Amino acid sequence: MTTRPLGQRARITGVGDTAFGELPGSSVLGLHAEAAAAALADAGITTREIDGIVCAYSLVEPHLMLSSVVAEYLGLRPAFSVALQLGGASGCAMIMQAALLAGTGRCRHVLVVAGDNRLSGMSRDGAVAALARVGHPQFEVPYGATIPAYYALVASRYLHEHGATMEQLASIAVTMRRHATLHAKAHMRQPITAADVMASRVIASPLRLLDCCLVSDGAVAAVVSAPDAAAGTRDGRVAVIGMGQGHTHEHISQAPSLTEFGCHDAARRALGEAGVRPADVHVAEIYDSFTITLLVELESMGFFERGGAGPAIVAGALGLDGTLPTNTHGGLLSFGHSGAAGGLTHVVEAVRQLRGEAERRQVRDAELAFVHGDGGILSAHCSLVLART
Amino acid sequence: MTAEGKPVPVPTAETRHYWTACREGVLSYQHCLACSRPQFYPRTLCVGCGGARLEWRASRGLGTVHAVTVVYRPPTAAFRPEVPYAVALVDLDEGFRMMANVVGGAPETVAIGDRVRLVWEQRGDAVLPQFTRAEGGGR
Repeated sequence: MTTRPLGQRARITGVGDTAFGELPGSSVLGLHAEAAAAALADAGITTREIDGIVCAYSLVEPHLMLSSVVAEYLGLRPAFSVALQLGGASGCAMIMQAALLAGTGRCRHVLVVAGDNRLSGMSRDGAVAALARVGHPQFEVPYGATIPAYYALVASRYLHEHGATMEQLASIAVTMRRHATLHAKAHMRQPITAADVMASRVIASPLRLLDCCLVSDGAVAAVVSAPDAAAGTRDGRVAVIGMGQGHTHEHISQAPSLTEFGCHDAARRALGEAGVRPADVHVAEIYDSFTITLLVELESMGFFERGGAGPAIVAGALGLDGTLPTNTHGGLLSFGHSGAAGGLTHVVEAVRQLRGEAERRQVRDAELAFVHGDGGILSAHCSLVLART
Repeated sequence: MTAEGKPVPVPTAETRHYWTACREGVLSYQHCLACSRPQFYPRTLCVGCGGARLEWRASRGLGTVHAVTVVYRPPTAAFRPEVPYAVALVDLDEGFRMMANVVGGAPETVAIGDRVRLVWEQRGDAVLPQFTRAEGGGR
């Protein structure tokens, strides 16, 4: 694997987000615009300098051409425009797409923006029903499964093979919540205990309510710039030094394994391109749609031995002063989850950590960050390695 | 079980044979004549070798639970009368995996490794394959 000189790496020069939680009266496009404006202000550039746009999708406003709609709303006339759909992997994949454009000089400043208002814009039942349609219409959906149920199948198999305990899964939720208490914009900031998690109602066994991510309103944006264009921004130090994807299936009934997923290849490719090992990572921001998601990904990607993540997490490994501070913003479990924007919150937090702007959540001397998103049922994976240069 | 409002599979060109066979009490799967790989769900090519010469075979309907969850929070109101119910991934003895409910008995007692056998559920115009614990295979 060849590693390119840092000078040729695309930079993340701006990040921005809206509040996360219930935002009554918000609109999908208004949220996009608010996050985009924040990211542009952070980068110190204006809409006139944006020559590329990468969007995702909205469940509440299912536009066929969301990047065109957002560009029109913002008054952009980009030289490149695309909307992509990879579920929870969208955030990292949008950054990867933007970095491919900026890193090759195709674009100078690419706006990446996603958001949705599933909490206030559609009913809880509506959101659950819409998301359940991720299943196969003929061979899964008729059996009445939900997204939590699909992930619960993964959890059942993991618990069977590795003898992990529900306390270990609960400690993930507790750690994420502890981090969210330190973030002013987090959706859930009330501390919880492992007992709270294990006493919450069962959604799909073995997963309980507090093992599941939130449904939030909110939007997130980033500006990805060409290396030479980054010099004209407020802070162009954060470079994308590794990127990788891995894909094995869409439907969980078609997954080749329930304990090894495409994140293995995605991480291997991204870390390989960056020329670093998992042990070199200072801070990790990894997709946590459910507690089990984070557990299996950490092991599949090589951050812990098989069956080793659970005990390590109980011992505090993912805390701010742990061996692998993870989801320092509180993750999807507690910061919030707003469709494709959910996976982008991990990117934004990584950039803030690398810049030393994470306030009370700051991991000391964080110079190398690993970010990962997964979409579907551990189906589509994208990993990024970010470095402060 | 009431079928009202529950999703009924709508066959496509490549799955029509499968759903028709279900109505006749046969659980069918595809077998690749080039690489001998069993395949489920039905497609127009083999995902192992890309070959297009696929033949239909009939499963004996016996399998083993590979993973299982019990749903308490259903996707839609139509499933609410059924909760809690077991959703499983079943490995059929012929070498393919499919999703189905494991019906009969307490859902929380369905365990990985349980032997299950095919049963049928009439739903609207369709007949759905389901599973139940095989004789002596339950707990």
